[in-house]
Amino acid sequence: MAKFIEKLGTVDRRVIFLLMALAVILPLAFRMNLPIPIEEGPSKDLYDAIEALPPGSRVLLSFDYDPSTMPELQPMAVALAQHLMTKDIKIVSMALWPMGVSLGNEALTMVGDSLGREEYVDWVNLGYKTGGGVLIVRMGSNIQTVFPNDYDGNPIADMPVMEGVNKLGDFDMIISLSAGDPGIPAWVMMAGDRFNIPIGGGCTAVSAPQFYPYLGTGQMVGLLGGLKGAADYETMVRLEEDDAAPGTATPGMAAQSVAHLVIMLFIIIGNIAYLSTRQKKGGLR
Amino acid sequence: MMKTLVVLSLLLTAGGALAQGGEGLIECFTAQDAPNDAGGGIDLVWTLSLDAVPPDSIVLERKDGDGGWHSIAALAPLSGRKTDNELENGVEYSYRLVPYYGGIAQEPSAEVSAVPGKQWIHSGRVGMLVILTLICIIIMYFIEQGKRGKELFIRRIAGLTAVEDAVGRATEMGRPVLYIPGIMDMDDIQTIASMVILGRVAARTAEYGSPLVVPTCRSVVMSVAQEVVKASYIQAGRPDAFIKENISYLTDDQFGYAAGVDGIMVRERPAAIFMLGTFYAESLILAETGRSVGAIQIAGTAMPSQIPFFVAACDYTLIGEELFAASAYLSKEPKLLGSLRGQDVAKLFFMVVITLGVIAATVGEAWEPAARVAEFLRTITNVE
Amino acid sequence: MRLAIPLTITFVAGMIMILQFFVPATQSLGESLQEWYMIVASFAIFLGAMNLITVHVHKIRFRAKNWKYSPVTIAGFAAMVLTGLFMGIETGRPFDFMFTTMMVPMGATMFSLLAFFVASAAFRAFRASNWRATLLLASAFIVMLGRVPIGSMIWNRIPLVSEWIMQVPNLAGQRAVMIGAAMGMVATSLRMIFGIERSYLGGTD
Repeated sequence: MAKFIEKLGTVDRRVIFLLMALAVILPLAFRMNLPIPIEEGPSKDLYDAIEALPPGSRVLLSFDYDPSTMPELQPMAVALAQHLMTKDIKIVSMALWPMGVSLGNEALTMVGDSLGREEYVDWVNLGYKTGGGVLIVRMGSNIQTVFPNDYDGNPIADMPVMEGVNKLGDFDMIISLSAGDPGIPAWVMMAGDRFNIPIGGGCTAVSAPQFYPYLGTGQMVGLLGGLKGAADYETMVRLEEDDAAPGTATPGMAAQSVAHLVIMLFIIIGNIAYLSTRQKKGGLR
Repeated sequence: MMKTLVVLSLLLTAGGALAQGGEGLIECFTAQDAPNDAGGGIDLVWTLSLDAVPPDSIVLERKDGDGGWHSIAALAPLSGRKTDNELENGVEYSYRLVPYYGGIAQEPSAEVSAVPGKQWIHSGRVGMLVILTLICIIIMYFIEQGKRGKELFIRRIAGLTAVEDAVGRATEMGRPVLYIPGIMDMDDIQTIASMVILGRVAARTAEYGSPLVVPTCRSVVMSVAQEVVKASYIQAGRPDAFIKENISYLTDDQFGYAAGVDGIMVRERPAAIFMLGTFYAESLILAETGRSVGAIQIAGTAMPSQIPFFVAACDYTLIGEELFAASAYLSKEPKLLGSLRGQDVAKLFFMVVITLGVIAATVGEAWEPAARVAEFLRTITNVE
Repeated sequence: MRLAIPLTITFVAGMIMILQFFVPATQSLGESLQEWYMIVASFAIFLGAMNLITVHVHKIRFRAKNWKYSPVTIAGFAAMVLTGLFMGIETGRPFDFMFTTMMVPMGATMFSLLAFFVASAAFRAFRASNWRATLLLASAFIVMLGRVPIGSMIWNRIPLVSEWIMQVPNLAGQRAVMIGAAMGMVATSLRMIFGIERSYLGGTD
């Protein structure tokens, strides 16, 4: 028995990989669904902050991610677009990452078409420009000098959605969906702190802990962290809407739950083997 | 027909009675030079009378040079602030507000004037300027102390002490040393710190004769890395051992780079891997693959979200500012040691301010003087 | 002389950016420098592309190690650039097709490797070797359960405890690392601006 326990501690990592793969595939294959309870937290804070905006408000939505983090951040983009467009809030989108433009365009086009929202009237995609924090500071004084045209090359000066929007301070909120740098920290430091604009965010689960200081000081109004944050938001948006399109984050929570349990099981097995070996060594002494 | 005309005239009269001119509607209208700017801006602020019916819109007008008024903005009826920009400094500008009801302009408000000008000190950042000056003085003072030869203690940092052992291990095993400088460009301070450490590691590999492989994620980083390594090899007296092709640019794409580096690890099987710089999600992919090839791994980053992965998967991890201390630690240069000491003293200053602030804010709930101290500390550390 | 010019540029640029932050009247200087930065950063993308081609063409010419992968790299690069330039990048075009059917799944696949590596790293490294490690392990378990719906199904207070761990001990640790790293960045930046740190220029100190 002792030998078996010791062997468990040195199990080949390919066995771990196989079990992890099954833990993720099986719940998705069997369409396992778990109820998502809505609790107080950063996701609800962001939802409430957007709920408080009156119709006609203008929000800047920045898609600062690429395809590798799409599974976590794209559901957030879709859910946020649904919420904003349903409330008749105008969306001006852009990207600090080159591949974020097309991903953002995909989300906005899909949601805009399903809700009957017009491009250039209810939303517009300004596209991508290099520069990160420097770009944000330049937008703080004049958006048109940075983005004279939108993603499709049309001049933004005459667009109805850009009416009255000349600089960052004209927005009622800025939301950054961020997978790294440039991303949320740049928006908080260069836009939120400088121009006093409420900043919301969405990020990968691994980055979420580092943004809690910004939530604590009120520099951010809310945060969607990882697939859980996306699932929370999808659930809150669907509660309000009878026919909101089902999201992709909610089904993923079942798979994530099982995967977490498998990781915890392996940690317990590893510790049992470790403690058994330590005890044995202690006995030999 | 008569009835219609009577009704219409009654309605117009009623509308006129309900609508108010600017004088009664707008309670307080002020204009002043926009603060903390490079000039050319005037802040206009107004409040509407609570008793009045809000107009459909308010038009902001500015007086021309010839005395005429022209509209510069149509505003929502409840907004209370507008900044007029791109004005000439030192010239007086006059403004008035014209409310509109049903498309009809009412009596304008009283005229207000202001002169835009530039400011030479940002009033919202004075506290930060004082703190920054203090930090600079502290750091410069200790750099001078270092230059004068004063003995400055620096605690042992296990990861940096292990650099020599790691390179030695690679030499004994006849396998290369792999150095990964992170995935950001040269404008990132961690990448710069990484280049500094690369120079020191390259000096060791030149001395021991181990091959050094440096795959980079940005072309500019590759250029800098080539110069840094070449200089180290020349300084070590081994210019012949420098192989430019070993320092290569793979791709800008985060996971393309991770895949490329993983491939290098599996093919070249380095005995020592250094991962120093800015990393994101690819950190664990790199660290786990490095572990699987049996290399000794020394990692360092100031990214809080990636430090746990490096701690779990690597043999030694430099956490946060230890990465920036590395250049001073490895070179033992007095100026650099002095700046490290100054940085620590500055940190001590912040620890004292934070402790005082926390105590003042907590006690201030019940005692007014403490609340004022907390408010003062908040003011000087706040940046607008 | 070789170091004098870059050191002077570093000093002047650094001082301008510090000055324009505190002296509003000099904002236009800072804005000009920022525009220069954006132009240089845009050029660096072009430089990277040229460098990639040069490196791989060199590998093919001299039959360097693993040279057979270089034509694949160049073909992929050419396909994306040419289709994007001459056929547009709108939805439905070949560029967009290659992006959505190749780039997106490949990027997501690499990121997904993390799930496996987290499991193997956790299995190997998370040992309750002392009371601190045990405390860390217990916190990890609570947070892992709190971040998925199963946590609230086991006990409805788990999400609350998990959120407390994130908002109190985690926040304190994050702040400490952020402040320390920020101090390190300030000191390193000052050393570079004043020319005390020169190793990054690739020369002698």
